[in-house]
This record gives sequence, structure tokens and C-alpha cells, in this order.
Amino acid sequence: MPQGIRDKVAILGMGCSKFGERWDAGPDDLMVEAYLEAMQDAGVEPTQLDAAWFSTHIDEIGSGKGGTPLSIALRLPNIAVTRVENFCASGSEAFRGAVYAVAAGAADIALAVGVEKLKDTGYGGLPAGNPGTLNPQVMPNGSAPGNFAQLASAYRAKHGVSKDDLKRAIAHVSVKSHANGAKNPKAHLRKPITVDQALNAPMIAEPLGLFDCCGVSDGAAAAIVTTPEIARSLGKRNLTTVKALQLSVSNGYESQYNGWDGSHFHTARIAAGKAYKEAGIERPREQISMMEVHDCFSITELVTMEDLFISPEGQGWRDVLDGFYDADGGVPCQIDGGLKCFGHPIGASGLRMLYEMYLQLQGRAGERQLSDPVFGMTHNLGGAPASNVCSVAIIGREDA
Amino acid sequence: MAGIAAWGAYAPRLRLSRKAVTEANAWVAPNLKAKGKGERSMANWDEDALTMAVEAARDALGPADDRSHIDALYFASTTAPFADRLNAGIVSAALTLEKSIRASDVTGSQRCGLTALGQALVSGGTALVAVGEHRKARAASAQELDFGDGAAAFVVTEGAGAAELLGRGSVTDDFVDHFRGDDGGFDHYWEERWIRDEGIVKLVPPAIQRALEVAGLSPSDIDHFCFPSTFAGMAASLAKTIGIRPEAVRDNLAAVMGEAGCAHGPIMLAHALEEAKVGETILVAQFGQGAEALVFRATGQGQRPARGVTGALADRQEETNYLKFLTFNGLIEWDKGMRAEKDNKTALTTLYRNEDMILGLVGGRCRETGVVQFPRTRISVAPNNPAVDTQEPYRFAERKASVLSYSADYLTFSMNPPNHYGMIVFEGGGRIMMDITDVAPGDVETGLPVRMVFRIKDVDEKRGFVRYFWKAAPDRAAIAAQTAQAAE
Repeated sequence: MPQGIRDKVAILGMGCSKFGERWDAGPDDLMVEAYLEAMQDAGVEPTQLDAAWFSTHIDEIGSGKGGTPLSIALRLPNIAVTRVENFCASGSEAFRGAVYAVAAGAADIALAVGVEKLKDTGYGGLPAGNPGTLNPQVMPNGSAPGNFAQLASAYRAKHGVSKDDLKRAIAHVSVKSHANGAKNPKAHLRKPITVDQALNAPMIAEPLGLFDCCGVSDGAAAAIVTTPEIARSLGKRNLTTVKALQLSVSNGYESQYNGWDGSHFHTARIAAGKAYKEAGIERPREQISMMEVHDCFSITELVTMEDLFISPEGQGWRDVLDGFYDADGGVPCQIDGGLKCFGHPIGASGLRMLYEMYLQLQGRAGERQLSDPVFGMTHNLGGAPASNVCSVAIIGREDA
Repeated sequence: MAGIAAWGAYAPRLRLSRKAVTEANAWVAPNLKAKGKGERSMANWDEDALTMAVEAARDALGPADDRSHIDALYFASTTAPFADRLNAGIVSAALTLEKSIRASDVTGSQRCGLTALGQALVSGGTALVAVGEHRKARAASAQELDFGDGAAAFVVTEGAGAAELLGRGSVTDDFVDHFRGDDGGFDHYWEERWIRDEGIVKLVPPAIQRALEVAGLSPSDIDHFCFPSTFAGMAASLAKTIGIRPEAVRDNLAAVMGEAGCAHGPIMLAHALEEAKVGETILVAQFGQGAEALVFRATGQGQRPARGVTGALADRQEETNYLKFLTFNGLIEWDKGMRAEKDNKTALTTLYRNEDMILGLVGGRCRETGVVQFPRTRISVAPNNPAVDTQEPYRFAERKASVLSYSADYLTFSMNPPNHYGMIVFEGGGRIMMDITDVAPGDVETGLPVRMVFRIKDVDEKRGFVRYFWKAAPDRAAIAAQTAQAAE
């Protein structure tokens, strides 16, 4: 087991643009918005940045390839900029790059910026990326909701849960996130909804209705990281440090070998197990104060509660209905509204999750502030249940 | 001596109610109201002459056949997807036939199905003859009501098999009752009375008489007379002219499936083979710039198909939505939405490199661990033994399978929304995320038994390229068996 990242890197500052249908803003504007807030929070000058990581997923319609879009938008002083892409977990990947550079001593202060400009396609839902030459000849002509919806059929079959019970549980997931998002001025969707609204919404991909799907949003988020020592030398106190950064990537086991049952995320369990070990957490259900998970769809969030070992296997749907993940529950989840309501500009989402955990740990979450959080966990997934990349990060109080 | 060792047939599951058509068109074509009876077979959007021929061939060969004994392949159709790409090559790849086979496309006339069969019977060796037809007709035309979609296939051997060839007769004459040029896919017809009196009545009997002469039979010796025609009573009137007993005239299936063009003679022959008693004689003929006639004697030997025409006709679902028929046949400009605007250009290099995977549904099996996977890869997927370069080709197409997970997707573009797809797991190992076809909302659930079917994956309308792959369809025989078991 490697030493791990625990407490080697501190967050110096973070920023996040307003998410939503940003008809007014291109990717450059979104990046600048997040970056300026992060720089002000960190209290550093551009010349103090040693390197940057830039994440964006759908380069065809968004912000382009390579490191130049970030460097030009922010007028960075010709420092290294690496573009990273790992599906919907791209934002976590940018953070990982910056954190590892600092931990390695290659950079004193590093920047991570994630952005996605999705609302330039002319239609709702995610834009279609370039599928390559082989996939379209064999893969179903599917969509993200259609891939994730399959979790529901397999979960029902495995755990003997009725269609109605599971539909009610995933409706609760979305109702909870809408209630949270309503309190977040930067969130895309800010209207509370009722269970009936969620149950009766138009079907997108069975059994997922409109309210089971997250917002498709424009937005950007940014983080500036350094060592705890440098942070203190810059006058920072009550540091938020990185406790764990894990990434697990499918190798074809789920999609090609008859082992996986289709009801959960194989990678999430591996990443979560390693992250708890790296962070020294033994009883996640008691020790994790709050989390932001990859609720691209309500069913994803529900099964993730089990994959992160917070709910026992097969019981996640009961915990959800019991309100265990509500703002006043045992482990508040998606306190900022989540992908569901804060929105999901793909390349920015991993950093957006960390942004909320950071604000909460710093006591700066306003109306949403939870009392005395210690560990915040983010779970950022890319791909589809049968083939994906899963990032699990834990940040927390330096003294925890 | 040559004969038919095995046969198979296919009709698409959808049957369009003719009444639904005539009622919709009553305002413009009130003269067709009398034709509003019965139903015609209707290809799903992802079926064409070639996919149906593949299904008929699978029915003829059976699931256990390793197909290495086939020396030649004839694919016959007047509605083949490609004008310059060997369509039989696609059929061959789908059926994983040997690369060393002789293969040809036979086309150009409504009799080309029987021509291909006749050619195979006189050429020696073991041949597979697969005939499929999917004709387009203009909305509100009589052809739209008369036509059906379907296919038949035969395994021809040098021995007598199930039906021994007794005689063959041909007439070739450029009598143009109808034609289809390169102008958009519709037939142009001449007057029916002329076609009947000057064409069929004069050109078909000599072909039949020649075949009977070779067979050493007289017309009254014929027990089953198969002659497709959309003219009412045509076969009976021909029989009378020639001297064939009236009771020998077989039902042309017009009421239950319509006429499947060049595949219809072969379909009627397959149907007769299913019902003929040992020793009975079968005469099949089809008209088209002359005629082709073949005479057989049923032996009671050979291999009966799992489905055949009888099974294919029994597996039906009524379709009363005429607009759906028009849409599936490309007769309506409909709003497919912006998600359908993508370019479907096919990388031919990728297609060829993965030919057995894409067209044959061939994956891999690890020599060391026996682990089965799709696709075949250099490093095995087995979690505890990622052996290198141990994979042997492994065919998935005939394996039993079931649904592990699925969704019915209303967001993605589909010619028949919602698009059903899911993770399909195979008995004996392996799994594939694939499209599920021939289903409606509510039909699919985890555990549903499915079988593999060869279908159109996508169409590149800009370039006229049809992309094929395999899909899962409900295994209705397995479902019926499950239901029967549950009832006990």
C-alpha cells in the first residue's frame, strides 16, 4: 500500500461559476468566473501559479482540445497546462493532477479548472460525442439515461424490490436534491418539487422520468492547491486538506465477463474501499459528515449509497426513503443540490462537488451550512454502469 | 440425383391489417376497398431482404450446424441492399460460412429465387440458397396491399434429401409485365389483362411442361402445385389449362402474408415440403420474363426446420398503424429530431478488421480457462487469469441468452421508439450490451429469454450504406416453454 495523499496537500482557494443555461457566457467566460473567485479566495497572483490542469469532456462543442483554451482565457504566464479528460469524472482528474504535482514537489501552487459548455447544441439532454469507428457498428444507439436506467432493472431483480417501491425511492432522491438546490444561489434548478411530480413526469428512459435526470448545464469550477506549510505561510488557518484521492477504472469485467450483476458499480466499491483506507476511515456511515455523489440519475445515487458502504447492500432504497441522506439526515448528500439541481457541466462537476465540501468545511455554505462537518466525500463517475471510471475523494479538517 | 436436404423460412412478425390501409386510403383510393381483407407481413424497420434471408437460412441449417459442409451460397432477391457489393458475402459472413465457398447474387426478375434454387440443384456439391424480398410500393397502391415481406432458404445436396429434384424447365422471354428502373425504388406496371392473357397463360405452361417431361410425370401426377400470383384464381386457372388436379393447387398465402416477390415461390415450396406426404410430388413455378419450374418428390427424409413457413406464420403480431408501415418503408418525411442528424459513415477498414465480430457475432473462448467473451481480445477478460493470445473464435449467434438489465429509451433516436437495449448474458458464458428488437414497452424484463437475430444496425442515408449487426429478440419458443412449465 502506498503512503497515500493524506494531509500532504491543502486547498488554498476555490471558485465556481453560476451553473445553468448560460446563454450569456461561452466557455472562456465561465472559466474566468470560477478562476477569479478561486484566486481571490486563495489570495495569490497569477505569477505564483506553477502549473495548471484543465478538464473538459466534449471538446467538439465545448472548449476545445489541448491546454491553450485555459491558458488563453486566463492569460496564464506561459506555465504548464495539461488538459485531462476522463468522461464525467474529468473535473476530479484535474484536481488529482494539481494535487499530485504539489505532493510531488513539482509545483508549490497548482491550479485546476474544469469547464463544460453544453447548451450550444440546440436540444435538451447531453450532446452526442464522437463515438469512434467501431462502437457505432456494435453498441446500441443509446443515451446516458438509457444506460444508467438499466441499474434499476437489475437492482429490482437482485433485491426483490418492486417497481413501485424503487420508483418511490428514486423519486425521494430527486425531491431531496431539489429541496437542497433551492437554497443554493449558484444552482441551475432552484424549484422544490413534490414526490407526485417526480413520479408522474414524462418518461425519459424507463424507469427514469424527467425528474430522475440531472440538469444539463453550462459552468466552470476551479481549485488552487498547495502544501499545508505554504498555506500557513500565506496566512491561512483551519486548513482543509486532501485525505484521499482514488480512481478505479473498468477493465471489461462488467461488460464482457459473466460476473457482475448489473445492479451496482464494481469500480465504486474498489475506489471507496481504497479511499477509506487512505483517509484512515473505518466506519464511513458514522465518520463521513456529508457527501456529494455523482447523481447523474436518481438510480445512480441510490445504488451509490451502497457502493460507498454507507447503506448495507440491498437496503439503500430504505435509507433513502427514511431520509437518511436528506439535509437533516445521518449523512447529508447533495447538500448543494447535486448534479441534479446544481447542474452537470461535465468537465466541471468533480471540482464543483469539492467546492461544496470545501465551503462546508470552511463554514461558508450560508443557508446550507451543516453543523461542524469533519470529512466531506465526493464521488465522481464517468461512463456507464457497465464500463466506467470512478473517482472517490475525501477532504477534511486538517486536524481530523 | 440432387435434392433439398433442408429448408427454412422467415416472415417478419408484424402483420399489417389491410383494412387499416384501405380505410386510411379510402378518400383517395376507394376502388381498393374490396382488398381490405386479411393481413400482409411487414418488415420491422431493421429488416430487409438480406436479414430475412439470413433468418430463413438459420432456420434451414439449425442451431447445431457448424456450416463447414456448405460449398456454395446463392442469395436471390430483387431488393438486395447493395447494387455493387456482394450481398451473398454479407449473408456468408453472418452465417460464418467458410471463406472458400462459391457465392453469387441472383437477381433481376421475380423468378430469380427459383432460378437460384434450380442452378444450385444442377451445379453439384452442397449449396445454401437464401431468397429474401422486401419490395417497396407507393402509398395507396394495389401493390402495397398485395405485397408481403419474407424469405425462404434451402440446403441443396447431391443426394435426394427431403425432396428429390425430378425435373426443371425454363422459359426466357423479355415480356415486361412490370419493371423497376434505377429511379427511386417503385415498380411500373402494364395492364393486368395483358399480363395474364399474353404473359402468364402463354409463358408459364411451357416451362412447367418441360419440367414435367424431364420428370417423366403427367400434369395429373402433381400433388402440390405452387404458383404465386397476385391475380385472384390465377394458379387454379393455370392448373386447369395444364391439366393439374384442382385440389393440388396450393394456397398462395395471400390472406395471411401477401406475396413476397421472388421469395414467394420458394416460400410456397417450403410450405408444401412441410405438408407433403412421403412420395408426393411438388411442382413450383414462378413467372418473370418467362418462367422457372421445378418438380420434386417428397422423400420423408432430411431435416425439418424448427419454424418453417408454418412456424413463421404462427409467430405474428397484428399491426394496425398504417403510418408506422409508411414510416418503416421510408414513404414519409418525418421529424427524426436533431439527435438523428449525426453522420453514419462506416469505416470500412474497421468493418473488415472486425468482420467476424460484427457480421458473424463471433467472440472468443480461452483455450486455457474456457472463459468465453465478446469481443475476442489478445488478453483474456478472465479476472483471475488474463491469459495472452489464448482466444479461439467462438460463435454466439445460436446460443441461448437472457436479459440481465435493460431500459426502454425515449431520448435517443430510434426508428421505432422507445429504443430497447440492455445487457444480454449467454448460456455458456459471455455477455453483450446490445439492441433489443421486436418488442413493445412492457415486453422486456430481467430474465427474459432472448435469441440473436441479424438486423440492420443503422443506415447511412447520405451514401446508401446499410450497416448490419446482431440484436436480441424475445425467444418466444423458450418463453412459451417457460409459461407451460409454470402452468404445470
